[in-house]
Amino acid sequence: MAHDKSQIDILEHLANSNTFLGMDLHHLWITKHVWMMWIASLLLIVVLTTAARQRGPVPRGLRNLLEPLLLFIRDQVLLPNMGEAGMPYLPFLWTLFLFILLCNMLGLVPGGATATANVSVTATLAGISFLVTHYAGLRQNGRRYFAALVPPVPFWLWPLMLVVELIGMVAKPFALAIRLWANMNAGHIVLLVIVGFIFMFKNWGVVGISVFGSVAISLLELFVALVQAYVFTFLTAVFMGLALHPEH
Amino acid sequence: MNGLGLLSAGIGAGIAVIGAGLGISRIAAASVESIARQPEASGEIRGNMILTAALIEGVALFACAICFMIQSKG
Repeated sequence: MAHDKSQIDILEHLANSNTFLGMDLHHLWITKHVWMMWIASLLLIVVLTTAARQRGPVPRGLRNLLEPLLLFIRDQVLLPNMGEAGMPYLPFLWTLFLFILLCNMLGLVPGGATATANVSVTATLAGISFLVTHYAGLRQNGRRYFAALVPPVPFWLWPLMLVVELIGMVAKPFALAIRLWANMNAGHIVLLVIVGFIFMFKNWGVVGISVFGSVAISLLELFVALVQAYVFTFLTAVFMGLALHPEH
Repeated sequence: MNGLGLLSAGIGAGIAVIGAGLGISRIAAASVESIARQPEASGEIRGNMILTAALIEGVALFACAICFMIQSKG
């Protein structure tokens, strides 16, 4: 971003840029969102392999922290939506949930950035979920998957239903991408506005209110980070359940 | 013209908030009522409440994202 040093870029925390932690990334094409995703992946690899190395019936430490989260995804998200047929896709849902959760959370660390507040990142995640969904459907149902695309309707309604179903097919990942992106962006914009009140009013009385408000909104953001990771995983599981068990 | 663009973004954000408020309040009312009727199912009801509230919030945020785009264009 080209701007003179005397001005503060108010969208600095939100916008993708070519400088990160004092590093000049202009000739690397690796932006700070890519860095945050790499950090998230590295953290996940280190933490999860450390936790998975532990054996024995009683979980301790890291494994104790992660096991309830992962079992929740299996028992409350995967099994009710996809049934036993969905068990091969459990690692995919776990990866999706933990990666999105960590990307959301890293945005709340001072100096960090929210990779999921970039529409390209969320669109790629939604695209991966789209591909895996239809791969699962095709693998489970074979050629019947295409026939089951359109529910049984009178023949003159069939062309219309095909168009509607195809639009629905594209709309699902689109909604997934926009939901995550907008949620992650909106919280940071609200924080920006609340902190911006201080500079708008130039009044010491407002400082207290603004600081209290931004702390409260940050706590809300922590909750939103968890809920949005859950919602993304849950909806992916619902769509995969629809693909695995189409209506006849 | 810039003023009109900003005005439309503001009005749009306000209307989106009205819609989201109505939707989430209906969910909250219904789930509080059902928890009162059946306290033993409160965990399951709360999970569904959060999920549907997040879905409605998502739709409202679509609108807010469009308003933000208008604002940065106008």
